[in-house]
Amino acid sequence: MSRSLRFAPLVLLILVVVALVWRLATPADTTVSSKLAGKQVPMFQLAAGVSSKPGLASGDLATGSPRLLNIFASWCVPCISEVKVLQGLKSRGVAIDGIAVRDRPQDIAEFLARNGDPYQRIGSDVQSQVQIALGSSGVPESFIIDGKGTIRYQHIGPIEPSDVPLILAKLERAR
Amino acid sequence: MIAETGLAALWLAAGLAALQFLLMVLALRTDLDLNRTMRSVAIVQGVLTLISFAMLLLVFARSDMSVALVFENSHSAKPFIYKVAGAWGNHEGSMLLWVTVLSVAGAFFAMLSRRTSERTAVAALGAQATLALGFYAFLLVASNPFARLFPAPADGQGLNPLLQDPGLAFHPPTLYLGYVGLSVAFSLAVGALLTGEVDQQLARAMRPWVLGAWVLLTLGITAGSYWAYYELGWGGYWFWDPVENASLMPWLAATALLHSINVLAARGALKAWTMMLAVVAFSMSMVGTFLVRSGILTSVHAFAIDPQRGTFLLALLAIYVGAAFTLFAVRGASLKEGAPFELVSRETGLVINNLLLSVILGIVFLGTLYPLIVEAISGEKLSVGPPYFDAVAGPLALILAVLIGVGPLLSWRRERRPVLTRLIVPALIGVTALVITIILWPEMRVLPRLGLSVAAYLATASVLPLIGRNPLRTPVATWGMVAAHAGIAVALAGIAANAGFTSERLAIVKPGETLAVGPWTVQLHTIEPTAGQNWTALEGELRATRGQGVVVLKPQTRYFSDPSMETNEAAIRTFWNGQLYTVLGKSDPSGGWQLRLWWKPFVTLIWAGGVLIAFGGALALLGRLWRRRRAQSPHDWHSARYA
Repeated sequence: MSRSLRFAPLVLLILVVVALVWRLATPADTTVSSKLAGKQVPMFQLAAGVSSKPGLASGDLATGSPRLLNIFASWCVPCISEVKVLQGLKSRGVAIDGIAVRDRPQDIAEFLARNGDPYQRIGSDVQSQVQIALGSSGVPESFIIDGKGTIRYQHIGPIEPSDVPLILAKLERAR
Repeated sequence: MIAETGLAALWLAAGLAALQFLLMVLALRTDLDLNRTMRSVAIVQGVLTLISFAMLLLVFARSDMSVALVFENSHSAKPFIYKVAGAWGNHEGSMLLWVTVLSVAGAFFAMLSRRTSERTAVAALGAQATLALGFYAFLLVASNPFARLFPAPADGQGLNPLLQDPGLAFHPPTLYLGYVGLSVAFSLAVGALLTGEVDQQLARAMRPWVLGAWVLLTLGITAGSYWAYYELGWGGYWFWDPVENASLMPWLAATALLHSINVLAARGALKAWTMMLAVVAFSMSMVGTFLVRSGILTSVHAFAIDPQRGTFLLALLAIYVGAAFTLFAVRGASLKEGAPFELVSRETGLVINNLLLSVILGIVFLGTLYPLIVEAISGEKLSVGPPYFDAVAGPLALILAVLIGVGPLLSWRRERRPVLTRLIVPALIGVTALVITIILWPEMRVLPRLGLSVAAYLATASVLPLIGRNPLRTPVATWGMVAAHAGIAVALAGIAANAGFTSERLAIVKPGETLAVGPWTVQLHTIEPTAGQNWTALEGELRATRGQGVVVLKPQTRYFSDPSMETNEAAIRTFWNGQLYTVLGKSDPSGGWQLRLWWKPFVTLIWAGGVLIAFGGALALLGRLWRRRRAQSPHDWHSARYA
């Protein structure tokens, strides 16, 4: 058996071990990539969720710069903690719009007064129609929409403080 | 105190394993005769791990909830047999079982092996202890099975209904015995490479261990396949799941080793190749354990994902296999190949057998790890499934099956007789089978058709080695070989019949309506609720008939309460010519029920073949051991030396 052939098993083993080490070192990617990523925001027009702010239409999302669209509700418990993270994003210059799902104006106003208000516009989606059209299955959920109104990223569940760098990076890439 | 005794025994065993490693180094560096010392230490180490494992069984049998492992995996209301089986139905316990088998195998080797030289025996025992040492460290550092809970909880939390199945309670230990039995072959190969004594004696010492491990692996795989078939309710017997592949890969390597070791034992040839296979076979067992225990690949078998444990096991794998391969690369050059052989000879036949088995092993290995490699390079997620494995491994397996008929007819060194003329009858039978399938079932696919023809050919060809011999004077090992090869023909017939003849029907049926599948007409008679100890179920009563007589089958949809789970209990009825397999699905708003029916002609041959293969291996093992005892006459220099 020639010399190179005798070393073949060892080389093969090293390759396999390197691949396995790499696999152990990178945490499994369990995120679900949205089917809507890369698609236009569906056409919609929503009435104002609170009297102090304008409502939201699909045209409002294509403003030339990326925006964060947050789907929330006053009755949603995780949304309370998420709003504080959104406040932080707002202070870093992120433009945020909201869609309140199955909600009442006075409840939304109370929610914003108690927990903070990061939103520029809030649309009221009483029948969840826009939520369903966006392919969102629950609250809270967030979408990153680029300047042309194309969905670039869907975030399922609340945006945690640890997600902030990811969100900022996605916004930067949507620019 | 019981748990502490177990832990103490484990620490002592680990200490002795470390001592064995040092003794090995000392023995190889000096001329000291450490044979007796080494063997005694190995035996004591085996006894200590047995004590440790017995203590684990005891805490499980007594439902001692102050032990964390028992609390997590048992419940005082469990049936006694599952309390005991619960000891290895979890990560820590199964690793303790692994190391127990490893060191007990070492102890048996120390007691029984008188075939190799003393130096090689000492080196092999040292290698075996070094293997065990890594797994002791793994248990004691990262997965202590005897950890206590304080205060002790009132009762346990685990009552996994899936593991409460006699098949599943005994299928893992059988596979483990097979996996770990290969460790002795590994240690012997490492020992022989260290001392440079790779010879016929070594092959004869290694052979019973390989045969034994191979028999257990065959049984374990066959049992696992049947469990998946009847329990999962999907009608399939093999899914090319990564963990199934993890058990198939050591089996393929061990099958190749089993054949090449005969060349080494009989002719002193294929030294380097056999040593490499011995290393590869156990390495594949470790790869299998790593895949199952680290959860690195997505699989129905991959349990809790724990990066620390995965890293530890991977480090052990890299160290042991890396060391063995390095040793092989460095020492392989000094191996002098034995007696030469001509092109047409049994040696050539076995070389071709080994090449084909290795290629199939490579295909399975690549297919199992391919998703990992692709994700590493392109980030794309994909899975490799039956279409790849069937299309690539299937034809190779058929070629191998054809050659199985030829190999045993060849004689060692060179074949002068016209062997092919002896194969005329089997070949005619194979061709006749092919013609019959073409006439009767013109639309059958190619692989099942060829499978049936090759099975018919091989069933005849495999008994040829017995023709013209006195059955009573034929060595038992030859009978074993014939049985195992015939078993391949039987399993192949079952696989091909299942692929070629299975009829399947899936329909929504209302009570009173009928559905036809194959020759059967099946009526959904009633749907009734029923209940068991920890489940409720809806049970369908099916009345099946094919002309005369009525067969009643009762498939269920079961709802387990704790943990909440829904399972389909298939109802299967076996006939001499096939199985009727029925599954009851969900109801539909109109009052109908999903009913899934299969008629699988001759599917049972798959597992019957598997059992026959294992039986052949067991016969060969008995034959070898029996001949060895006979050979130990007073004139035998070996027994004279150890008398």
